[in-house]
Amino acid sequence: MFERSFASRLALALSLGGAAFAAQAGGEQYFPLQSYRVGPYAAGGTGFFGGFIDYLRYVNANGGVNGVKLTWSECETEYVVEKGVECYERLKGGLNGAPAAATNPLSVGIAYATLDRSTADRLPLITINHGRTDSTDGSVFPYAFPLQLNPYSEVSAIVNYIGQQAGGLDRLKGLKIVTLYHGSPYGKETNEVLKTLAEKYGFALTLLEVPHPGNEQQSQWLNIRREKPDWVILRGWGVMNPVALKTAQKVGFPANRIIGNIWSNSEEDAAPAGAAAKGFIAITTHPSGSDFPVLQGIRQEVVDKGQGDLADPKRFGTVYYNLGVVNGILNVEALRIAQEKFGKQPLSGEQVRWGLENLELDDARLAALGAKGLVQPLKLSCSDHEGGGAVRFQQWDGEKWTLISDWVQADRALLRPIIEASSRKYAAEKGIAPRDCAKEA
Amino acid sequence: MLYREAGQFSSRYADDRRVFRLRQDRLGLALLLVFAFAVVPWLGNDYWFGAILIPFLVLSLAGLGLNLLTGYAGQLSLGSAAFMAVGAFAAYNFELRVPGLPLPASLLLGGLVAALVALLFGLPSLRIKGFYLIVSTLAAQFFVPWALTRFGWFSNYDASGVISAPKLEIFGIDFGTPAGRYLLTLGVVTALFWLGHNLVRSELGRNWMAVRDMDTAAAVIGIPLLKTKLLAFAISGFFLGVAGSLWAFAYLGTVEPHGFDLNRSFQVLFIVIIGGLGSILGNFLGAAFMVLFPLLLSNLAGLLPGGLIDAGQLENLQKIVFGALIVVFLIKEPEGLARLWQRLRERARIWPLRH
Repeated sequence: MFERSFASRLALALSLGGAAFAAQAGGEQYFPLQSYRVGPYAAGGTGFFGGFIDYLRYVNANGGVNGVKLTWSECETEYVVEKGVECYERLKGGLNGAPAAATNPLSVGIAYATLDRSTADRLPLITINHGRTDSTDGSVFPYAFPLQLNPYSEVSAIVNYIGQQAGGLDRLKGLKIVTLYHGSPYGKETNEVLKTLAEKYGFALTLLEVPHPGNEQQSQWLNIRREKPDWVILRGWGVMNPVALKTAQKVGFPANRIIGNIWSNSEEDAAPAGAAAKGFIAITTHPSGSDFPVLQGIRQEVVDKGQGDLADPKRFGTVYYNLGVVNGILNVEALRIAQEKFGKQPLSGEQVRWGLENLELDDARLAALGAKGLVQPLKLSCSDHEGGGAVRFQQWDGEKWTLISDWVQADRALLRPIIEASSRKYAAEKGIAPRDCAKEA
Repeated sequence: MLYREAGQFSSRYADDRRVFRLRQDRLGLALLLVFAFAVVPWLGNDYWFGAILIPFLVLSLAGLGLNLLTGYAGQLSLGSAAFMAVGAFAAYNFELRVPGLPLPASLLLGGLVAALVALLFGLPSLRIKGFYLIVSTLAAQFFVPWALTRFGWFSNYDASGVISAPKLEIFGIDFGTPAGRYLLTLGVVTALFWLGHNLVRSELGRNWMAVRDMDTAAAVIGIPLLKTKLLAFAISGFFLGVAGSLWAFAYLGTVEPHGFDLNRSFQVLFIVIIGGLGSILGNFLGAAFMVLFPLLLSNLAGLLPGGLIDAGQLENLQKIVFGALIVVFLIKEPEGLARLWQRLRERARIWPLRH
């Protein structure tokens, strides 16, 4: 007995994991942050994790979650898969005795690589607004949560919006749509479902890939000019977005016919393109701006006290920052719901997973959080790990985003069989027996 | 004194020719293997297996693959990652499309396919040398990921083009746990290093070194350049291919073509250069340096009190420190870490005397 614990302690002490000091902190819940602040996607990483950390600080300043304080530590991934895996392994064990609640890598590649590990370690993997689409089916992917909006819902909502603009979905017939996508797992995720939608609605679809990181797009845009499409869906990420807008201007394609997807929708995507971005349309699950009571609260209790995480305070209330705040709200609310069942104490990943599956945010709760209009009403379940599926459209006026549409809902009933077929295929490949969700409820 | 050869006589030619002639070497190696196979799985934790030991072993193997080609046969290559990708995707497809194929067989077949592809891209080496050859192997580096992305068949028409590792099972034993994946990797790497070490002492290995030192002279004494160079490419491709499948299956669990980009090729090249060209041990030392040092720095940085230095700047500082370390090491020892180790051994031999 002694030898065993000595050995494991030796292993711990040897581990570079930083968790060497087994001091019991008690009453703390830990968030392992696989963040990225350098590299080509730093703008997204600093904004998102800035908002996330500021929200956690804000919760702590108000007494934590039912008295349980939140703690976190960061590990730089640079958006590189193996670094993300290393960070996952380093941080998953918790910090100073505080158990990890969930991982939020904000990278599709890292999410894919840690998917199996998350299931084995019973630690929820949250991929807000992105991730592997078929992980929406919680019966096969019990620990993955593509919250709010999975990639299929995203394109479905865009196609629905284009239909609205054309005067009805039946008018989509004969339209030409080009999708310009980032050459990564994230970028390719929606190609198949776009083809399905093109077949269903009868629009002509052209898929063009932009190799990572995307700072050279001349040939793609010359192709687009030749095609003369009615709309271009920009499925970009990081530096690819402003380059796309500038190149579009160079070849004479109007910006107000380009629809940016959920990762082409921030100030950092539009502003560097200068005048070329004026009129550019993008979808969003959450408006930018700092008028929401929760953001005012963060400003008063965190930022004004000099504890804000952003290096550039001007980015407060921007799209990425607000997404971080939204992500913080969803994580913390899942904790709160799980605490009601499991007691007001630090929870294990498995318990947090229960909280996520039973996450329900209605307008009343959102108003109480001061996030009405910032977060869409959500209801998750064992079989539905997405919960929302609605977006709004915004347009860049040269300086800021203005909302130009109400909530546009994805056709989730249409997508569900595709998602289930894909998750069943995955389950068969991996030898997973899907859970029976009827019994879970 | 510490490392005495005195008293160890070879009474037969076979004794004199053995790979590890000194008793200390044999004993040390045996102890190391026992430690790695029997003690480490019991001591280590998920972090050590999943984030340090497995990538270290796989990159050592990749380093060996490139070292055979560049360090021994003298053919410069920047296509290492491409051959790794070929191995990974080939092994995945064999596993997927041939039901009941045991995992070691898929790894082997994956390696063989990589060897074929490497052979193909090695053909220009018969005409061109040095930097020009780098450019032609660079073509592999661009062609392979392009082909793997362009043709969905390679990734079984997965929506995002990411392959996901099959179940790691050999004859009913599950190697899916972190310790299991470590043992699987260690077993394959040990076997291939044994093969590699014997290979460079064989006739082929000596031919490689002759070609490396001066290929005209080698041709004059009757070494067939075509066969020697192409075999170097093929065998190097085989090692890299197996390393690639281990990277995909045992380390990450998933792989996309862009995981094997030019940066990975450079990483393998740096391992070889820092570890020591034309050295077997150097691959381990180089991989340890490339894998462990950034992790050590990053973990040390994690111990700093939060908020002392801006998180983004801290990351860049680590890169600066790591870069400086590489420069210092190469100035101190241009022939790589393996040479450093050799000097240490010579010191130990005459200790406590100095000369």
